[in-house]
Amino acid sequence: MSVLELANISKHFGAIQAVNDVSLTIEAGQVVGLMGDNGAGKSTLVKMIAGNFRPSHGTMQMDGKELILHKPVEARQHGIEIVHQDLALCNNLTAAANVYLGRELRRGVGPFRILDYAAMYKRAGQIFAVLKSETRPRDLVKQMSGGQRQAVAIARTMLSQAKIVLMDEPTAAISVRQVAEVLNLIRHLRDQGIAVVLISHRMPDVFDVADRVIVMRRGRKVADKTIASSSPEEVTGLITGAIEQV
Amino acid sequence: MAVTLDQTIAQKQHTLLTRVFASQTFWVVIAVILACLFLSVATDSFATTKNLYNITRNITFVAIVALGMTFVIITGGIDLSVGSVLCLCSMVLAVTMHAGYGIEIGIAAAIATALIIGAFNGILIAYLGFPPFVVTLGMLSIARSLAMVASNNTVVFQFGPDHDKLLALGGGAFVFGIANPVLYMIVLALITGFVLRWTKFGRHIFAIGGNEHAATLTGVPVRQIKVAVYMISALAAGLAGIIQTGWLGAVTTNLGNGMELQVIAATVIGGANLAGGMGTAFGAVVGAALIEVIRNSLGLLGINAFWQGVFIGGAILMAVLFDRLRNFRRNE
Repeated sequence: MSVLELANISKHFGAIQAVNDVSLTIEAGQVVGLMGDNGAGKSTLVKMIAGNFRPSHGTMQMDGKELILHKPVEARQHGIEIVHQDLALCNNLTAAANVYLGRELRRGVGPFRILDYAAMYKRAGQIFAVLKSETRPRDLVKQMSGGQRQAVAIARTMLSQAKIVLMDEPTAAISVRQVAEVLNLIRHLRDQGIAVVLISHRMPDVFDVADRVIVMRRGRKVADKTIASSSPEEVTGLITGAIEQV
Repeated sequence: MAVTLDQTIAQKQHTLLTRVFASQTFWVVIAVILACLFLSVATDSFATTKNLYNITRNITFVAIVALGMTFVIITGGIDLSVGSVLCLCSMVLAVTMHAGYGIEIGIAAAIATALIIGAFNGILIAYLGFPPFVVTLGMLSIARSLAMVASNNTVVFQFGPDHDKLLALGGGAFVFGIANPVLYMIVLALITGFVLRWTKFGRHIFAIGGNEHAATLTGVPVRQIKVAVYMISALAAGLAGIIQTGWLGAVTTNLGNGMELQVIAATVIGGANLAGGMGTAFGAVVGAALIEVIRNSLGLLGINAFWQGVFIGGAILMAVLFDRLRNFRRNE
């Protein structure tokens, strides 16, 4: 069953047609690689799912119900979580504080409510354990490796019952060893039954971890097929336009 | 594997002790204690009740304003207007009471003035994107000028029917002979410390100072919080102004002149980082204490008062130097 269904989605900014008549479905527990050159419309598409933009045409459906988003916060309420390319972490705070940033746990009554440090450390630790990441909730993010920082950003998406996690270039700026770590984190998300949309330029990562690949070119979806039935050569051709459409 | 992973995750990197030793505030406390011990031995006049009473009371005005400044500096901002705001609030209090109104109305007017100025600063900074330095530099000039307008640049020393109440509020000692301003400072420091450590608001202030963009993306109400911190800073200046009026028994338009630099120095010496993301209530108080002890000791040791600036400036550089040295070691 599909978690998210996009039907004939278009987005234009003035005369510029950024996304043109794209339809796609995303299934629970599936990793979808979203590929395309710069300006192909991936980011615009993702920003519509994340609630940053509203589509000019077309509809989005989540679990069979129409989804209309005005603000990013509403996307989060519907179970759509985003891992930003720059991870959006505060270096001066602990891992647990970053995981809970903007939705801190508190205890107490009425206006006398204080931060519940113990509960936040505990829950953050549990999430890191699920992600199989050696990340200590009490450590400052400042001192962490790229892979651990990714784990902190991804742990955020697991606080609530996320259905879809959008990841924007998670492997763009980290070392080779840490790439493997991040791909593992993605697999763990998938094993939780979460749908992952992986926006990436890196062919090996997509073919390593994704179940399906969607290729966009000039605002249009030019391919949507399983990884098994595709090849890096074909996808490269689709991205550059050497292959028109499949 | 699962066990070792859990153990790793549960591990605390810092114990309480290592955290204390790693903090700049701790070393400043040591410096204050050493200076006091040295002065007690080297001079007869330092460890007297009267001198200690004076020192503790002198610390308070800078410390109270520094508590408010700490909020602003943690968000990565700066408030240069505090000295002038202190003066304006004192003047509003003095003029209102001089006109025959009671102390309650005078204090309410002074606090309202502070909050309006803070909100004005905050809105320009948070919603219109003005640099904090520029906005508060402008307010430094505006508030001092308004104080002159309000009083016609005269000295106000008669406070109407509640004259004695005001003087008791600032100059008295209600509990155990501790000067009232000191009590206010302790209470405000405890409140500040609590807010910074235990509330969502405090957590968000640190987040804004650490990475404002990230705070916005994760749903922290960045703009509202920024307005709030400038209001807190102005409020602290206003409260210090009210207390100082009661203590001095007179207000001139020179009150709080150049105080902003002392206040910023106190917060920085106490471990706040002007780049944002770091600072504590205790640090602000300790920083103010170190500055006052230096000032006091120069007088007692018979060193020319002109040297004061050199020693205070040196203390600022020393405090930050320790911080830099620790960072170098960590990076290596």
